[in-house]
Amino acid sequence: MRNLSFLLVFILVLLACRKEPRPLPSEISRVEPEPTAVLRGMYLVNEGNMNMNKASLDYLDFRNGIYTRNFYNQINPEVTKGLGDVGNDIGIYGSKLYIVVNVSNKVEVLNVRTGKRIGQINITNGRYLAFAKGRAYVSAYLGRVGDPTAVNGIVAEVDTTTLSISRTVRVGRQPEEMAIVNNKLYVANSGGYSPPNYENTISVVDLDSFMETKRIEAAINLHRLKADKYGDLYVTSRGDYYDILSKLLVIDTKTEKIKKTFDFAASNLTIDDEVAYIYATSWNYLQGRNTINYFMIDVKEELLLKQQFITDGSDKHIRVPYGIAVNPYNKDIYITDARDYVTPGKLHCYNVEGHLKWSVTTGDIPAHLVFVK
Amino acid sequence: MGSSHIKKMVKKNFALLGVNFASCYFWLWLGIVALPCTCFAQKADSIQKINQLNEVQIQQYRLTKQNLSPVPLQILSAQELMRINSLSVADAIRYFSGVQLKDYGGIGGLKTVNVRSMGSNHTAVFYDGIVVGNAQNGQVDLGRYGLDNLEEISLWSGQNSNLLQPAKAYASASAIFLKTKVPDFDQQKRYFLNADVKLGDFGLISPSVNYQYRIKNKLWGSISTNYIHANGSYKFRLTNGVFDTTALRNNADVERFRIQAALFGETKYKAKWNIQGYSFWSNRGLPGAIVANKFDYSQRIWDQNFFVQGAYRQDFNRVQLLFNAKFTHDYTRFVDPEYVKIDGFLDNRFRESEVYFSVAVKYDVNTQWSWSLSSDDQYQYLNANLYRFAYPQRNTFLNVLGTAFKTDRLTLQGNLLSTTVVDRIQALENPNDKQIFSPTLMFSWKIFQQHNLSIRGFYKDIFRMPTFNDLYYTFIGNTLLRPEFTKQYDLGLTYSTFFNQGKLRFVELQGDVYYNTVKDKIIAQPGANLARWIMYNIGKVEVRGLEINAKTGIDLRKGLNIGFGINYTYQQAIDVTDRNEDSFADQIPYAPKHSGSFLAKVDYKHWKLNYSFIYTGYRYNQKANLIYNYMEPWYTHDMAMGYGFKLKESCVQLNFEINNLLNQYYDVIPNFPMPGRNYRLTLNYSL
Repeated sequence: MRNLSFLLVFILVLLACRKEPRPLPSEISRVEPEPTAVLRGMYLVNEGNMNMNKASLDYLDFRNGIYTRNFYNQINPEVTKGLGDVGNDIGIYGSKLYIVVNVSNKVEVLNVRTGKRIGQINITNGRYLAFAKGRAYVSAYLGRVGDPTAVNGIVAEVDTTTLSISRTVRVGRQPEEMAIVNNKLYVANSGGYSPPNYENTISVVDLDSFMETKRIEAAINLHRLKADKYGDLYVTSRGDYYDILSKLLVIDTKTEKIKKTFDFAASNLTIDDEVAYIYATSWNYLQGRNTINYFMIDVKEELLLKQQFITDGSDKHIRVPYGIAVNPYNKDIYITDARDYVTPGKLHCYNVEGHLKWSVTTGDIPAHLVFVK
Repeated sequence: MGSSHIKKMVKKNFALLGVNFASCYFWLWLGIVALPCTCFAQKADSIQKINQLNEVQIQQYRLTKQNLSPVPLQILSAQELMRINSLSVADAIRYFSGVQLKDYGGIGGLKTVNVRSMGSNHTAVFYDGIVVGNAQNGQVDLGRYGLDNLEEISLWSGQNSNLLQPAKAYASASAIFLKTKVPDFDQQKRYFLNADVKLGDFGLISPSVNYQYRIKNKLWGSISTNYIHANGSYKFRLTNGVFDTTALRNNADVERFRIQAALFGETKYKAKWNIQGYSFWSNRGLPGAIVANKFDYSQRIWDQNFFVQGAYRQDFNRVQLLFNAKFTHDYTRFVDPEYVKIDGFLDNRFRESEVYFSVAVKYDVNTQWSWSLSSDDQYQYLNANLYRFAYPQRNTFLNVLGTAFKTDRLTLQGNLLSTTVVDRIQALENPNDKQIFSPTLMFSWKIFQQHNLSIRGFYKDIFRMPTFNDLYYTFIGNTLLRPEFTKQYDLGLTYSTFFNQGKLRFVELQGDVYYNTVKDKIIAQPGANLARWIMYNIGKVEVRGLEINAKTGIDLRKGLNIGFGINYTYQQAIDVTDRNEDSFADQIPYAPKHSGSFLAKVDYKHWKLNYSFIYTGYRYNQKANLIYNYMEPWYTHDMAMGYGFKLKESCVQLNFEINNLLNQYYDVIPNFPMPGRNYRLTLNYSL
């Protein structure tokens, strides 16, 4: 039967097409090596799109100039579905690397040197990390699962030895970034789930009693919160996306009051020593595209500096700045570009003069950076 | 083929069904017991003759229709639908070429269709000739439509080539027509009853009843109802060669109920009319993405859909008139217990209403040349309990002028569609009104007088309007959006032949090459805030494709018939948005280069055996064609075995299906696993 043999051949050809399952490989790119670098390297978490389970971890070895994409899967292929869905923050404390994976409801804990997995902490809808006195603090949107009245978020205190949650404290709605100053934890509350009823406060949590002692009135829909070395907090407010504009606030932790307001749409910032490095993305309806600005602030005087941290004009290639870090030793600036969110992003390195040193392709939505000593 | 074989398979199924459905046991038991007893008691040939006659008629009807069509047309008739492994229209659609089904898995998972890689919003679905609208997101969930009351599913690339039809039928890049069972006025019988019950894995129990009754001469009534209950739970396996995890799909339960009633009549002036009411309820869990450390979800969706529609057709000597009207109301409620707002869980409710009128007239200048004019008016309104919602209303006026010149061998046809869209919204500024003209040209030419070999082709320029979600969804919508345009060029050959003698009964071939472009493709991109995405008109896609269909039927000896069908599609669908992007000229997400299906059927006396194979080649799930976005090909082997016999006046058919025979674990959408091997039993009774 000619038809039958045709069928058999057809099926056999097709059957040969499915490969044996194997872990996703890592990929390597070369950047300019710095054999004398003080820092060993840098980890980068790519958020990945929601539901795609494409959060990934990249590692840059400064001294050898080797950039490794998808580092996690290579070291930990035995973890079911890998790092997970939407990486939201990364931090190092002691010898451990912590990664908050938002939709996967976990904080992954890795050995900072090897990247080998040590364990995980389960936390629902986790957001950001802070560390102090042998403890990690994780902010999370969802306090109690399945309770319609559990509208407030929490901060969970994690024992970094046992990797278990020791205490939790209720803070504002949809808490975001945190910082610790003088044994107090400051939490930016957003309230983003219930527009137009955004939160407009910073929660103050005493780390000994682990109780919320105060709310500092700031502005609506807070997101970023970084402390400088003078005891000031730099907090971003996202506004309401309509009439109330985004801005950057400076809060004095001694008086717990607003000290200064910068009226630009700060999207993200990092503070290194005396300087805050900021990028601001705003949507222009008429042009149908984003306008991006970069700023530097002297955090001692809270003054906007005239200088720019990208000076060679190469910032025009950055479509959506999405993460920022500054090397505390050589003052190199790292900026990630999320591009269109659905293709691999870029990591750009600028030297202290603001010239582009190199660029490298990352995973999807490169976002959170941390240096390895 | 012994019944012991069936018994073995049924037993397996029996065990898998679990303890929840005591009633299933009874039916299964009945099935097992009844089979061997009744096989021999019945007269073998009468029903078989009827079946064969029908099949031959249907084949001929289909072949003639397909062969003469200037646009590619694929048809599945009720008889075929009954025997192929399908639970819903979505499952059946997979057997067509040029089609990708986006399937989130399970019975309740969203299933939409994308024809020739232009995007799922470009395929319109027509239910008894009237469009199924969804102004909110433009997508019609084909998993919602069962097969029990359908007479025919057809897929037209380009457009339905009929001249006398609503203007909406000209207004999409491709169209699926679902035709429900219509009473045959010439029948002597006073009533028809068709009842079936489906039992299967995932705790599926689905009874349906279709009843047609002659109220008086030239007036028929019909009622059709279907209920589906399933826990939706199935095993899936995840592995990368190192980890190997098997888990159960959770939150995939479905409960659905449909009831519809219709009246069909003919006036004394030979005008045909019908009116039908349709009501649908659904309550289901929304199974989420299977990602690391999160397999369980608790979101729920409730849907209610109600419509009344009617048609009136009067044929005069040279003029034919067709009126259609419809009123629809849709209600959707979505609850997310993992999203707690100050007033409790996220609880979104959407209500969409639509009123639709259509008038079409066709005028025959002579026996070869005709003109047609159709005018439609569609009004849609969406209400939702969302923050800063725009409460959009849309008025769409469609007018189309068409003409066709037809001889025995040549068809030349063209039309010009005018679309006027007026949107009115609250709070924001109203977007500009839109006026667009869209031409279509098609031809078919039978090359030889004696042979059914035809060449055909079409050009179609059409667009889809941005949906209400694209335009007005709080924070995401962009009221400046333009429509998304497609251009299609198609050239094809069809060949068919019948044989009255010999073993080979018929051979049928269709082959088409096509080139499509999509411009101003509507794509979500990050906006002002990092958490905000905004819809833009930026995508550009070029699609080059090839489709081949072949079918044949063979009579081996008395009583033994076999048939084969094969479909193959090649598609190069590339992103040509921006030359400076790394992903320029990469294959667009979810478009496989190769896909196809193979069908084989064997009929022997009371028995029917079906085998099908569906193949979807590798593809990428995001823009960049990288290993991290690579998706393995998937292919499923499905088997079905049916047994039919006559019981006095009535007809009983049993159909047993094994789906995904080789138990392949695969995803169509990443992280939404599809079921492995599963079983289904259908008991059908018709009178």
